[in-house]
Amino acid sequence: MSSPLLAVRDLNIALKGGGGIHSAVEDVSFEIGRGEAFGLVGESGCGKSITALAVMGLLRRPLSLGGGRILLDGQEIQNASAAEMRRLRGSRIAMIFQEPMTALNPLSPVGRQIAEMFVLHQGTGWTEAMDRAEDALRQVRVPSPERRIKDYPHQLSGGMRQRVMIAIALACGPDLLIADEPTTALDVTVQSEIIDLMAELCAAKGTAILMISHDLGLVANMCRRVAVMYAGRIVEAQPAQAIFATPRHPYTRGLVDSLPRLGERAKRGRQRLREIAGVVPSIAAYPAGCRFNPRCSAVTDICRTTAPAITPLPADGLVRCHHHG
Amino acid sequence: MAEPLLTLQDLAVHFQVGSAFGGGVRTLKAVDGVDLDVAPGECLGLVGESGCGKSTLALSIMGLVPPTRGQVRLNGHELSKRERMATARTVQMVFQDPYASLNPRQTVRRTLADPLRLHGIANRTEVDHRVMDMLAKVGLRPDHADRYPHEFSGGQRQRIGIARALILQPKLVICDEPVSALDVSIRAQIINLLLELKDELGLAYIMISHDLGVVEHVSDRVAVMYLGRIVEQGGWQEIFEDPRHPYTRALIAAIPDPFHRADAFAKRAKAHGEIASALDPPAGCHFNPRCPLKADRCVSEVPLLEPVATGHRAACHFRERTA
Repeated sequence: MSSPLLAVRDLNIALKGGGGIHSAVEDVSFEIGRGEAFGLVGESGCGKSITALAVMGLLRRPLSLGGGRILLDGQEIQNASAAEMRRLRGSRIAMIFQEPMTALNPLSPVGRQIAEMFVLHQGTGWTEAMDRAEDALRQVRVPSPERRIKDYPHQLSGGMRQRVMIAIALACGPDLLIADEPTTALDVTVQSEIIDLMAELCAAKGTAILMISHDLGLVANMCRRVAVMYAGRIVEAQPAQAIFATPRHPYTRGLVDSLPRLGERAKRGRQRLREIAGVVPSIAAYPAGCRFNPRCSAVTDICRTTAPAITPLPADGLVRCHHHG
Repeated sequence: MAEPLLTLQDLAVHFQVGSAFGGGVRTLKAVDGVDLDVAPGECLGLVGESGCGKSTLALSIMGLVPPTRGQVRLNGHELSKRERMATARTVQMVFQDPYASLNPRQTVRRTLADPLRLHGIANRTEVDHRVMDMLAKVGLRPDHADRYPHEFSGGQRQRIGIARALILQPKLVICDEPVSALDVSIRAQIINLLLELKDELGLAYIMISHDLGVVEHVSDRVAVMYLGRIVEQGGWQEIFEDPRHPYTRALIAAIPDPFHRADAFAKRAKAHGEIASALDPPAGCHFNPRCPLKADRCVSEVPLLEPVATGHRAACHFRERTA
């Protein structure tokens, strides 16, 4: 078999601060195949976004790469030079962010910001690049692209800005699109349109997606495989449907059970929601052993002392729990 | 039928929006002719996207924004004629961001005791007793009373926000997105707590949320708002199982739910385009530019909120169509 498009192996990210070095991400490994949509789910502070930044080569102080390898098409890129990374970003790996207003340049018309991609990465002249930018806007279904191309970001709605971000990200036909909470700032009906658009364009161009979100439902709907992170570690990875049907880690099970699901009440009447006890630990005070142990209902002595190893699951997945049975 | 606790009659809140660069003053109709009531002990879910006017509606029920037209009646008395203090004893609010809505320089004890003192409970033993009692009700420990907001997690802070809302024993609590700022794994705790307190204290809620799963779980009745108007209201089961307004259907269809993956109805019901500006809403039915059922009539004629079944009303010319 050929090598996967992206392979992250034993990634560690260190956070310097508060008089010590903390491990913000520990031994995170996953692979994304060509054209595959892969989801990384977790709550705020679990390390999902900085994992994405590490792949983009954008970790900055106080964060630093603590070890592990990142392979793009089998080539290690974790130690690539700034110039090499600049070449990769935009042309082979692209990223879109939660809040498009802060990611776009407020002083430049959106058409120019898209055209810049062609000029910088493909050496196109500005006139041709502007024509292609108009096409790109049309592809992300911005109405009247010939006029919108001259608009500044503040003249567009949130949904339109996110479409522009997608146009910029996909301009040079990257192999991998990293989307970090791309719709969290948007209204629900707009969210579903943006997700459909992203999925459709990426499928048409064969672009792989690394989708990062706190919304398990959203990710499971869009991605083929999903990994769940908790406190800096991947605790479970499974095909999207299996993660809802048969979650194996107590944390995933807790998440799936704790959210009121549409249609449940009509079927079964109002049931008390199952709670996950306790709170998300802070990075400076991760508990020893399994980091979920203070909140886990199945906790035993070993969970408090020994970090569980990764157990592969028969159907393309893994779980990190002493009692995954 | 019992007297409703809260009645809104043709309530409208308009703002004058002026431009610093000329262009004249325009009218923003944040709430535009809303009729609604809430019975004692009932939970009304209020659903809508940003800019639909749900928060303005909440503020005008609290008496914090004067209505341009129409009435807010609490316990049968018109709000504008009621004393502010009496209103505060009847309606309270829980906010989205518990960190922004708590005073960082006040201990929890002070945050909870101040309202009591303001409302004439001067006896220290009684104030203390009621503060401790309230802390226990929301699941906090007695020693939490002397801590400051920054010492708590998000979920605990929301518990403090709930305690503050309940300390004056109100009849109606407006919860404005009470869980959306919290970590996903904490939300169930707060939803369960709100439901327990409702039963224990006989509270009525207005639950404002964009999370339909939460609204379905907690509501007795649901109202859906779009650009200042109620477009559909009814019992929770009618709204979620037999929605008649295309916007309600679009909201439900937009929920990513892996269990409904193959749902063909969901695909067709999705809305297109984006919410129009409340400064310049489309003529006729405000939803018409995004609506799959749009006809000429929808542009020329504003659909009224009319009954489809007992207690279920929809503002759509095609409310009889079921899909």
